[in-house]
Amino acid sequence: MKKPRPSTIALTMLAVGLVGLAASGVEAVLHAGEEDRAGAALVQRLGLTDLALFTEARYTRHPALADDHAAFQDHPMSFDHFPSASLVVPPRHD
Amino acid sequence: MTDWFNKQRYLIDFSLAALARRKVRNFGLLAVYSLLVFVLASVMLFTQGLRQEAKTVLASSPEVIVQRLVAGRQDLIPPGYLERIGRIRGVQKKEARLWGYYYDPVVKANYTFMVPGETPPAAGELVIGPALARARGLAPGNLISFRSYSGKLFTFKVAAVLPQASELMSADLVLLGTDDFRAFFDFPADHYTDIALSVANPSEVRNVASKLAAALPDSRPILREEVQRTYASLFDWREGIVLTILSGALLAFAILAWDKASGLSAEERREIGILKAIGWETGDVLRMKFWEGVLISCSAFLIGYLAAWVHVFHLDGALFRPVLQGWAVLYPQFSLPPRVDGLQLATLFFFTVFPYTAAVLVPIWRAAITDPDAVMRT
Repeated sequence: MKKPRPSTIALTMLAVGLVGLAASGVEAVLHAGEEDRAGAALVQRLGLTDLALFTEARYTRHPALADDHAAFQDHPMSFDHFPSASLVVPPRHD
Repeated sequence: MTDWFNKQRYLIDFSLAALARRKVRNFGLLAVYSLLVFVLASVMLFTQGLRQEAKTVLASSPEVIVQRLVAGRQDLIPPGYLERIGRIRGVQKKEARLWGYYYDPVVKANYTFMVPGETPPAAGELVIGPALARARGLAPGNLISFRSYSGKLFTFKVAAVLPQASELMSADLVLLGTDDFRAFFDFPADHYTDIALSVANPSEVRNVASKLAAALPDSRPILREEVQRTYASLFDWREGIVLTILSGALLAFAILAWDKASGLSAEERREIGILKAIGWETGDVLRMKFWEGVLISCSAFLIGYLAAWVHVFHLDGALFRPVLQGWAVLYPQFSLPPRVDGLQLATLFFFTVFPYTAAVLVPIWRAAITDPDAVMRT
């Protein structure tokens, strides 16, 4: 059998990659209606306001309900204890 | 058309042969390039997934939460407060809520204790979140004891564990009855943590909030749209921070790519000189190098992006877990449904593929327009 040309191999591999890219798009479309229904039902039933992503402090567990002035909120000059506090967004200034 | 296609294929063959002559260098470049796209795409897909999830899930949270502030800190809702809200037009349903935090010294974790408005657990029973059940090794029917803040020991029976599918919202929740909650926290009678309001007409929400602020000056109304905005900006901020940290890596790669692509080696110069001397046109040399750039950058983009897709949506973002987990003991195990934003994908493509292809072409063009004799001699 004749050895395939390098361009055939390269273009086939690129085509496979493009098919993969298209497949990822199709996967996203197929899952489009599949929101977290269990989570949404629980939010509705319990009136939840926050994601349980950071449970270590009240201002990271419930950033939506925490005090307005989140930084140094425990007492003046108290640095935040937890690394995720540095990732929580500062208030908007608009 | 066939002629054009055949010509491009020969140019690609030639480019690949040229790339194969410097195998280690080019494979190294492809690996680093793919890794960079992988990291950038992972951050992008993960934050986009979380942002969408927060948006859809929190769409059914209460329209307005009313907190009472004393000296700028949240305080309990005293008796009679709820009745004063009732007179505001547009409020369909008002519900005083009981919830709070409990630190469990056994596993050094914080729990959120909450009394559900509808169908609370029976006296002496708890419904717990899945991450908590994992951390304490609990199953329905087990008994668990907590020492309350007043020092008394309370024993509860686990009636049920909340479904794993809702873990992103319920990882650390402990649901219990009103009497149990009040006894456990020694909560003052007729006091509540905050108030949730339902407003029938969405355009009335802002009016209700301003009427609340006028009627109850010590109240702080938190609107659902503010909650959603908090989460949108939280993830934007987080994505921004990660990308800022990554920008060092991005710059390092830009320098590497620029150096590789723009600093033509003597060997490459001689190659171009020979090609021109044997009759290649400037356009052909450029096309050959263009294919070289396209093959490397498109391969790296596809490899990096598809690897990121698998990482985020099929391996649940395993590499980000330690970063997101922070210092929390309880961390939800969740999978994000696959989502893609066309604009973000196009931006990623533009910022990773185009600069490299351009960086390859400019120096080659400069070499290719000079006299072959001069190119070969330098």
